[in-house]
Amino acid sequence: MAESTLKTKSEAPKENRLGLKPADYQGGKSTLCAGCGHDAISNQIVRAFYEMGVNPDKVIKLSGIGCSSKTPAYFLSRAHGFNAVHGRMPAVATGAVLANRTLVSVGVSGDGDTASIGLGQFMHMIRRNVPTIYIIENNGVYGLTKGQFSATADEGSKLKTGVVNDLHPMDLCALAVELGCGFVARGFAGDPKQMVNILKAAIAHNGLCVIDVVSPCVTFNNHEGSTKGYQYSKEHQELLHQIGFVPSFEQIEVEVGPGEVKEVEMHDGSRVLLRRLEEDYDPANAIQALQRLHEAHDRGEILTGLVHLRPEKESFMDLLHVVDEPLATLPAERTRPGRAALEQIMKELM
Amino acid sequence: MTEQAATLEAPVARAASVNDLTIHVATVNGSGSQSSNNVLMRAIFQMGIPVSGKNLFPSNIAGLPTWFTIRANKDGWVGRKKEVDFMICMNAQTAKDDVMALDPGAICMYDEPLNCAQYRDDLRFYPVPFAKLAAEVSDDSRLRKLLTNMVYVGVAAELLGIERAELEVALDKQFKGKKKAAELNVAAIDKGLEFAKANLSPQSLFRLERMNETAGKIIIDGNSAAALGAVFGGVTVVTWYPITPSSSLCEAIIGYAKRFRVEPDGKATFAIVQAEDELAAVGMVLGAGWAGARSMTATSGPGISLMSEFAGLGYFAEIPGVIWDIQRVGPSTGLPTRTAQGDILEVATLSHGDTQHIALIPGSVAECFEFAIQALDLAEIFQTPIFVLSDLDLGMNNWMSEPFAYPEAPIRRGKVLSQEKLEELKGQWGRYADVDGDGIPYRTLPGTEHPMASYFTRGSGHDAQARYSERPADYVATVDRLKKKYATAKQYVPRPEVDRKPGAKIGYIAFGSSHLATLESQQQMKREKGIDVSYLRLRALPFTDEVFEFIRTHDRIYVIEQNRDGQMCDLLRLELAEEALKLRKVLHYDGLPIDARFVTDVVCELEC
Repeated sequence: MAESTLKTKSEAPKENRLGLKPADYQGGKSTLCAGCGHDAISNQIVRAFYEMGVNPDKVIKLSGIGCSSKTPAYFLSRAHGFNAVHGRMPAVATGAVLANRTLVSVGVSGDGDTASIGLGQFMHMIRRNVPTIYIIENNGVYGLTKGQFSATADEGSKLKTGVVNDLHPMDLCALAVELGCGFVARGFAGDPKQMVNILKAAIAHNGLCVIDVVSPCVTFNNHEGSTKGYQYSKEHQELLHQIGFVPSFEQIEVEVGPGEVKEVEMHDGSRVLLRRLEEDYDPANAIQALQRLHEAHDRGEILTGLVHLRPEKESFMDLLHVVDEPLATLPAERTRPGRAALEQIMKELM
Repeated sequence: MTEQAATLEAPVARAASVNDLTIHVATVNGSGSQSSNNVLMRAIFQMGIPVSGKNLFPSNIAGLPTWFTIRANKDGWVGRKKEVDFMICMNAQTAKDDVMALDPGAICMYDEPLNCAQYRDDLRFYPVPFAKLAAEVSDDSRLRKLLTNMVYVGVAAELLGIERAELEVALDKQFKGKKKAAELNVAAIDKGLEFAKANLSPQSLFRLERMNETAGKIIIDGNSAAALGAVFGGVTVVTWYPITPSSSLCEAIIGYAKRFRVEPDGKATFAIVQAEDELAAVGMVLGAGWAGARSMTATSGPGISLMSEFAGLGYFAEIPGVIWDIQRVGPSTGLPTRTAQGDILEVATLSHGDTQHIALIPGSVAECFEFAIQALDLAEIFQTPIFVLSDLDLGMNNWMSEPFAYPEAPIRRGKVLSQEKLEELKGQWGRYADVDGDGIPYRTLPGTEHPMASYFTRGSGHDAQARYSERPADYVATVDRLKKKYATAKQYVPRPEVDRKPGAKIGYIAFGSSHLATLESQQQMKREKGIDVSYLRLRALPFTDEVFEFIRTHDRIYVIEQNRDGQMCDLLRLELAEEALKLRKVLHYDGLPIDARFVTDVVCELEC
């Protein structure tokens, strides 16, 4: 199988462009099971935010309930965190972004949190295109309640207890594409290189990013017969393309042959490079995205990569025409109309 | 039509009155009578006579019966009065019931084909051929239907003595800018006036005469008043999900904010989002409050039920936000377009586990304005969801008021540690530490640039440093501090309004939209029975010491409320068990606004 990423540079510096060290992006110690896919994702979040030089004080990290939703405590300790109620991270994140549009918002959720109890909020958040990096750590089971199937479990996949899932799985990427999401990606916790590039592209995107990551549950869904375990996922990962990412603050020439690479300029000036593998894949084409997702599903494959990318889509905050500064800290002179305004209304009511 | 039919004399004698009557208009929902009723009410208001207008409407877009009640009263008693003096029957579906419900001697003006005079011989009837009169104003059949409503305004004006000039001013207000519509409606009113003058014999039982009791006053509904308060209170994030009777509150915010909160470059100092449901609405409010915005939502009972889980999160994780509950009749869908005060117990402890919420209870449109501002302050001061309990009667009906005073007190943002403050503290702080001994901790806002600024918010157990904790001692410390914080709130919430009558042995306790009826009943008790009654109007939860003092110093207390179970009375009994037997319940819960006579009758049965 081909490498999932396109190499764009050789070594990581010891400090990022803000003069911060990787330690400034670490979180608390994880309490998840050893080998949990979620921890691998947390590590890539740390790396992506560090390498992108995002000020961790200006990041908010939110989650719902479940194993995945515990993870915001395990990365970016300098960011304010919010572990909300089950399935309601989208509403809380939306409110926080409304209050302060200058923050980078990261939402972490699971397949239970998003595809079942929180499906409605997930869909409406996509519809609104609220600037947030929405990561679904998808393992097909409810871990914290000890291994019940979730709505993304594949048909025919087997629980440790032998119970077989006979319901059709929800494909959250296909759903996101259908609802007009401007950034849809699928990753695999066992492919950190691809993951970090997807995350960097998400940081560069202005709008909602849906990143569905197959993240094996080593305790309840990593056995023979499971379709979301490490072994199965490794064997069935299908790459859409090789992903390269060049941040806006770096001038790097990538050596590729003519016509080999599709380049997408992101909102902040960064460049996403997609090298074709089997066929020309246009990430702006929703129909093609849905077709590839369905085909991969039918073949039992896990299609990974940047499934759909429309960086030009207007974000919710732009649509609302709110001031550039955080609404949260506007001075009273700008939030309380003057005396004349009230007098005028009173006169109209007399 | 014969002259005789038009002037059927009522055999029952009633004392003539000036500037004291109730007009009841029965129409079909969706027939466009709302503007006519508003014109009628406004014209009376402009004549200087205290007045109120209440819309009793069905949960329906068009076709079901609807009523509008206008009460004019020279002494300012404009709470609901059950007894109708002047009936206008326009709806065939309800005409018979409407007529049968009238007290002897009342006046009934009706659409001629309804033949209302057949039902009673103790009323004074005025048949009017509305369709024919409207046809003389316009050929357009659609318009004619609407104009019919303005014709009854004209007829009623002639019979009652409402000045034509004031009708015209009221019309202008109603159809601001739409000259053609206004002209057509003036023509319809004139048609009614002329018809009445030429064909109906005048009556002198109920007359309206110019006085000077409304100069400088305004007319507004509670939801618009609350919206104004929010806009002047510096609200920055508003979320909502449409539900009667609260929708008009957020819609009014949209209107006012667009007028007064858009900067010269066209950008807004607010964000208003129509959410996908009440769960999302309150989730956004808390997300915004957490990130430092002054945030609010408005809903009604069913929405409050859905917000229950988040209310607990807001209470336990200590996040500001304002939730207006414009109460309607429950449980379940209940009577969605009728008024009640039935969410008291639900809101007081909304959510699972031990919860106690601060609630403000406005009793007038002016208080809707004031409390909207105060609720935003209190939410940030106490870092908790603040509920405001209004209801359909207060929120959607028209009330007279003194103009609202501009808020002089500066906006209060509560205990927030800035970057500078954190530097001063060398980063040593605890999100849930009770530094000041008032139960209220300090917080930082996301985005504060300091390595020690961040903390982790969660609905699960936590210690003073906001770390995850399942330790028994940490849990107890957290919930005990929350209780202390709730006690601190007693010093901040609006105090009750107390009218203590010297020597009075009995007292009324009421709140919210029951205020005017309670006041009027207090006066009826004195005038009719010679009994002095003290009155305490609750304006907030938690109860403050004045409430207990009031109860202790009277022999019997009547707690007046608009629900079946006496929810507020039960809350009082819980807190003041030793006085529980003193408290008696006066309960009005048929969906219509409470009226003074009801209160007086119930109290008299036990007292007189």
